[in-house]
Amino acid sequence: MPLLSVEKLTKSFGGLTAVSNVNMEIQEGELVGLIGPNGAGKTTLFNLLTGVYEPTKGTVTLDIKGHSREIQGRKPYNITKEGVARTFQNIRLFKDLTVLDNVRIAMHQNIRYQMFEAFFHTFGYHKEEKRLIEEAESLLEIFNLTHKKMELAKNLPYGEQRHLEIARALATKPSLLLLDEPAAGMNPNETAELTDTIAWLREKFNLSILLIEHDMSLVMKVCERIYVLDYGMMIANGTPEEIRSNKRVIEAYLGEDVNNA
Amino acid sequence: MQQIVNGISLGSIYALIALGYTMVYGIIKLINFAHGDIYMIGAYIGYAAITFAHLGFFPAMVISMIACGLLGVITEKVAYKPLRNASRIAVLITAIGVSLLMEYVMMFFVSPDVRSYPAVLNNKVFHIGNVIVNTQQIYIIVTAIVLMVVLQFIVHKTKVGKAMRAVSIDKDAAELMGIKVDQTISYTFAIGSAMAGAAGVLVGLYYNSIDPLMGIMPGLKAFVAAVFGGIGIIPGAMLGGLSIGVIETMVSGYGSSLFKDAVVFAILILILILKPAGILGKNTREKV
Amino acid sequence: MKKMLSKNTFITLICLGVSFGLIQLLISQNIINAYYQVTLALICINIIMAVGLNLVTGFTGQFSLGHAGFMSIGAYTCAIVTTSMPTTTGFLLGTFAGAIMAAIFGILIGIPTLRLRGDYLAIATLGMAEIIRIIFLNMKITGGAAGLNGIPKFTNWPWLWFFTAGTILLVNNFIHSSHGRACISIREDEIAAESMGINTTKYKVMAFAIGAFFAGIGGALYASTFFILKPNMFGFLKSIDILVIVVLGGMGSITGSVIAAILLAVLTTYLQAFTALRMIIYAALLVVVMIFRPQGLMASKELDFTKFFRIKTKDGEKVE
Repeated sequence: MPLLSVEKLTKSFGGLTAVSNVNMEIQEGELVGLIGPNGAGKTTLFNLLTGVYEPTKGTVTLDIKGHSREIQGRKPYNITKEGVARTFQNIRLFKDLTVLDNVRIAMHQNIRYQMFEAFFHTFGYHKEEKRLIEEAESLLEIFNLTHKKMELAKNLPYGEQRHLEIARALATKPSLLLLDEPAAGMNPNETAELTDTIAWLREKFNLSILLIEHDMSLVMKVCERIYVLDYGMMIANGTPEEIRSNKRVIEAYLGEDVNNA
Repeated sequence: MQQIVNGISLGSIYALIALGYTMVYGIIKLINFAHGDIYMIGAYIGYAAITFAHLGFFPAMVISMIACGLLGVITEKVAYKPLRNASRIAVLITAIGVSLLMEYVMMFFVSPDVRSYPAVLNNKVFHIGNVIVNTQQIYIIVTAIVLMVVLQFIVHKTKVGKAMRAVSIDKDAAELMGIKVDQTISYTFAIGSAMAGAAGVLVGLYYNSIDPLMGIMPGLKAFVAAVFGGIGIIPGAMLGGLSIGVIETMVSGYGSSLFKDAVVFAILILILILKPAGILGKNTREKV
Repeated sequence: MKKMLSKNTFITLICLGVSFGLIQLLISQNIINAYYQVTLALICINIIMAVGLNLVTGFTGQFSLGHAGFMSIGAYTCAIVTTSMPTTTGFLLGTFAGAIMAAIFGILIGIPTLRLRGDYLAIATLGMAEIIRIIFLNMKITGGAAGLNGIPKFTNWPWLWFFTAGTILLVNNFIHSSHGRACISIREDEIAAESMGINTTKYKVMAFAIGAFFAGIGGALYASTFFILKPNMFGFLKSIDILVIVVLGGMGSITGSVIAAILLAVLTTYLQAFTALRMIIYAALLVVVMIFRPQGLMASKELDFTKFFRIKTKDGEKVE
C-alpha cells in the first residue's frame, strides 16, 4: 500500500468547493510536487491532510510500516503523532521564543517524563532535557542554525526562518513531510541550496515529501512525480516531463511559460 | 404576561446599555468595562438636572445624554487612544482602571450613599386585562424604541454610520479610503455613551434609587446581552437586551430571585459555548 | 548539567531562604508588628494567586477573569475542614483539599470554556466565577450571605513562606519543562502548536487546573488568616485585583508577579490613611501605568539573579 492515499477528498466552504474529489497517492520514500495556479486549493488540501480543516467528504489513509489507518477529520496534533508534519506558507514560528525552544516544542510529543517530574525536576527530567537539547542541536546543525539557538525566532532573517520551520517539522519525527512553498521569498542561490537540502533530508531521514511550490526550477529538479491542482480539481499527475507537455496543465497556467523552467 | 411587560421594560434599559458595548466592541474590539459607569454617571447627571435645575424628564435626559457622550469621547481620547496598538489585555486592564476611577471619583464627590430619585413623572397605573402597566414603563419602552430607531437611522443612512461600519470591518482599509478613523471612533463612543446616559436616567426613574456602584451589575448584564445577540451587531444588542431582561424577570417572578444573576451568567456561558458568535452572528475562522 | 539542581534553581532557593530568615528576624524583633503581619500574609496570598494566574494568562495566553472563583472554593473547603478539625494537620489537610477541589473545578470549568478565545474566554470565566459566588451565597454549609465565622487561624510566617516559596518553585519548574513549553507554544501560535503535535485543549486545561490549584491554596491561606469568609469577598473585583498584579508585573514573568504583589500591597498599606482617595489613586495609577508601560514592569523577562550575584554562566548552560 502507498504511504498516503487520498480518495475523493472534498472540502466546501458554504457554496464554494475549494477541493473537489481529489485522489492522490504517495509511495514510501517518494518526493512529490503539488503545483497549480494561485487559489487552486493547494494549501486547503494541506490543511485537510493535516487536520486543520475537516473534510466534507472523502478519506485520507496513512500506511506506515504496514499499519494502516484513516486520518481524515482527526485533530492536527493527532495526525502529527501519526507521522505527518508540515510547514506553513506564511511562516508560523513561535516568534517570541528561542530557536532552540521552537524545535524542543515540536519534540514534546515524544517526551519521556511525566507532569510530576516536570514540577519537581527529577533526575529523569534532567536526563531527558539533556537528550532534547542534543537532538535539537543536531537538527539545527543541518541548517547551520546551531550558533543561533538562543536567538528569538523573530530575529532570524527570512530564509533562516523558513529553514527553522523545516527543522521544527522534522523534530516531530515524521514519515511524511508536507512543505508549503519552502522556497517562497528566497533568491535563486538560496533556492538551489534548499533544493539540495530537501533531497538530502529525504535520504537521511527516510522521508516521503509532498511539497507545494511555485518555483518550477525546484519542483522540476527535485520531484519524481507532480500533481497539478486547478480550481480544486486534480487535472494531471505524472513525471516532470509528462507534466511539462501536458495540455491541460499548460492551459491552466495560460500565459505562464512552464517549459521555460 | 405581567412578567413579560416588566421584563421588556428592564430589557429595554439593558438594550440601551448593550448598544454602547456592542458598538465599541465592533469598532475597536474592546470590552469597555467603563461603559456601565458611564451609565451610572448618566443617572447622577439626570438626578442633578431634575433636583437642582428643576428640569422635567425629557430635558434632563437630553442633558444626561450630551454629558455622557462627551465623557465617552474624553475617556476614549485620554485612556484608550494611546493604547490602540497595545496588547488586548493592556487595553482591557485600562478599561477596568477607568471603570474603577469613575466609581470612586463619584463616591468621593457624591458620597457612596444610595439616593432616591425624584419623581418627575406622575405615575399612573393602567390595567390592560390582567396586566398592570405604569407610566414609567411606558416612558422607558417608548424612549428605548425611539432611540434605537434613531440609532439605526444613523448607522444605515448617514455618512458617519457608513464610516462606522467601514471601520468596524477593516480599520486599515477604511483609513486608506480616506475615512477619518479616529474621528469615527470618537463618534462611536459619543453615540454609545449617550445611549448609556439615557439608560441611566430611565433606570433612576424605574428603580427610584441610584448609587455610585449601580453600574457594575447592569453593565455586566448588558455585556452579556451584547454577547447573546452577537457582539458587534446592533440589532443583536437589542434582541439580547430584551431577552436578558425577560429571562431575568421570569426567573425572579417564578423561581428564586436569588439565582437570577446566576441564570443570566449560565445563559451567557451556554451561548458562548454553543454559538460563540451570538444568536445573530456568523462564525468566522482563522485563515491558515 | 547532571546535577539535580541547576544553577538557577539553586540561586532561587538561596533568595527564598534569605527572605525567610530576614523576615523571621524582623518579626521576632517586632519590627514587623501584628498589623504589618496581615499585610505580609496578604502579599504572600497575592503572590500565590498571581503566579498561578500568570501560568494561565501570561504563559499559556488564556484570559481569565474568574480567578477569585477558584480562590473561594479553596477558602471555603479549608474553612470547613479546619473548623471541624482545628489542628495543624487539619489546616494542612484543608489547604490541600481546597487546592484539589479548586483544581477539579478548574478542569470541569476549563473543558467547556477553554474552547473559547480571547475576550470570549474572559467573559465566560467571569460568568463562571459569578455563578460560583452566587451558589456559595445560597448554600447552607457555607453560611449563605453571612458567611463563615471563627475559622481557626493557623497561618504564620513559616507556613506562608512554605506555600509561597513552594508555589514559585513549582510553577517556575513547570515553565522550564517540556510541558511548560507546550503551554507557552499555545500562547505563541495555537495553530502551529497543534500542528507540532501539542494537544492544545489538554494543555490549556492543564494550565487552568494548575492555576486553580494554587488559587485554592491562596484561598485556604486567606480563610485561615482572616477568620471570616463571605461570598462577596470573592467577587469580580478580587479577580481583577489578581489580574492587575499579573499585568502590572508583566505577563509571563514570575518575578514580575512577585514584585507587583509586593509593590501593590505596600502602596495599599501606605494609602490606608486616605481611605477615600485610596481607590482613586489605585485606579488612576493603573490607567497611567497601562498607558505608559502596557507590557508591565518586567515585560516577559525575569529578574536575573545570576546577574545579581555576578555568577558567570557559560553560553551552553544558560539553555535552561
